[in-house]
Amino acid sequence: MKVLVPIKRVIDANVKVRVKADKSGVELTNVKMAMNPFCEIAVEQAVRLKEAGTASEVIAVSAGVAQSQETLRTALAMGADRGILIQSDAALEPLAVAKLLKAVVERESPELVILGKQAIDGDNNQTGQMLAALLGWAQGAFISKLELADGAAKVTREVDGGLENLSLKLPAVVTVDLRLNEPRYASLPNIMKAKKKPIEQLTPEDLEVDVAPRLEVLEVVEPPARKAGVKVESVADLVEKLKNEAKVI
Amino acid sequence: MSVLVIGEHDNAELKPATLHTVTAAKEVAGAEEIHVLVAGQGCAAVADAAAAIPGVAKVLLADAPVYEHRLAENLGPLIAELAKGYSHVLAPATTSGKNVMPRAAALLDVQQISDISGIAAPDTFVRPIYAGNAMATVKSGDPVKVITVRTTAFDPAPAEGGSAAVESVAAGADAALATYLGAELTKSERPELTSARIVISGGRGMQNGENFAMLERIADKLGAAVGASRAAVDAGFVPNDYQVGQTGKVVAPDLYIAIGISGAIQHLAGMKDSKVIVAINKDEDAPIFQVADYGLVADLFKAVPELEQELG
Repeated sequence: MKVLVPIKRVIDANVKVRVKADKSGVELTNVKMAMNPFCEIAVEQAVRLKEAGTASEVIAVSAGVAQSQETLRTALAMGADRGILIQSDAALEPLAVAKLLKAVVERESPELVILGKQAIDGDNNQTGQMLAALLGWAQGAFISKLELADGAAKVTREVDGGLENLSLKLPAVVTVDLRLNEPRYASLPNIMKAKKKPIEQLTPEDLEVDVAPRLEVLEVVEPPARKAGVKVESVADLVEKLKNEAKVI
Repeated sequence: MSVLVIGEHDNAELKPATLHTVTAAKEVAGAEEIHVLVAGQGCAAVADAAAAIPGVAKVLLADAPVYEHRLAENLGPLIAELAKGYSHVLAPATTSGKNVMPRAAALLDVQQISDISGIAAPDTFVRPIYAGNAMATVKSGDPVKVITVRTTAFDPAPAEGGSAAVESVAAGADAALATYLGAELTKSERPELTSARIVISGGRGMQNGENFAMLERIADKLGAAVGASRAAVDAGFVPNDYQVGQTGKVVAPDLYIAIGISGAIQHLAGMKDSKVIVAINKDEDAPIFQVADYGLVADLFKAVPELEQELG
């Protein structure tokens, strides 16, 4: 089966984000960018399916600025077979991305789409579920286990009370949680090989998708800062302060 | 137009997350009515509980086998269909809300607004982005606002005192895309993590799952819930539903006690709105101390047993 893995380029998870002085957003210039960590887990899962002989081809797709090509190269170095870049300089909202992905699914006919459950920039947690809705496919959101057999995907979902097990009819969309796997680092030979793998270039216009935003960002500001408190010397001191000063126990 | 709240429940009981969401709904509703959808199977008692929330004008009860496990493939279309008669549809940003609301939003061709922590106007919302390191104010031009609500940002509405009418709504067809196989739910007598007044969490410093028993004993003395950092969950010390952070649960208790947690920004994102934060860590440079009201630099294996004793 073909597996499609949509990925996103975001500010590296270890970078401290700074809000722009004009409150229009966060500073992206000269900031280290990387593949969204949840997307790495999605790519890893797809590559494992290929290595297990379950997947015939792994296609990585990214929608965003031209530099998203670098993120696609990372996916190719991890083991994806080819890439698709849907280039757009506009800020793409989850609904728009889901529509772009639907168009790609219609061209590529994968049996499984694996996405990260959320991107660590917008923290929206929407795209996979929206794609499943637009395709009329089953969805397995926030999964920590995936088994493919007999035309179905058995998934374990991380939910508020614990775990939930579902069987999804294929084709399906799944979104991955942290504990599905531990993504590999690309080896140097694989990074070199990835440079020769094809990346198809598309635009939202090619796919006939209207990506005009529905939300207007009025401002982006720093959250109220929390000031550091005091250091206490002993456990007895701590308990005394919690009882008599903070009055919380 | 009225406002619809998606009730969170397990067919037996209405979850407190719904009460927080009703408070958010009141802020956008103004003089308009608030309705609550209870979709499930054998959930009439849940509908009665929703009807008792003051400020709720009507409860819509969709009681049918297709909604038993609230699968997104069945519930999404129901919400999308009902939403056409409302100005706003709100669900708590729990795993069930996060699962189903984007599905409903996409069916409506609406851009959902996730995890709102404030309401500036009926069409303008404040939400954390970048793990809460920035707050975005966004204005929606969509005809129906589809929203998930950060429950810790809104006080719970009272659970008693109202007497709304309960009206049955017809169930949709089974999409037959997903089959529920079962669940492995964590059983605990302790309060639920997201609504507990006190939370005690352990991190990588706990070293193993057995050592969490130390935290459980303190939790029982304080009536607290037990949480964990991602590192502790990844290491298999405790189940996934203990995780507090950007992609786990967001908590804002009166007292949050972080034991052996360094304080990665992803963890801080899930607890920094707690009223009082205590950190016990042997590394005095741990970032957790930058947000802690009371910090104790100590070996947790000495400090935690002492704490248990001090609490008597």
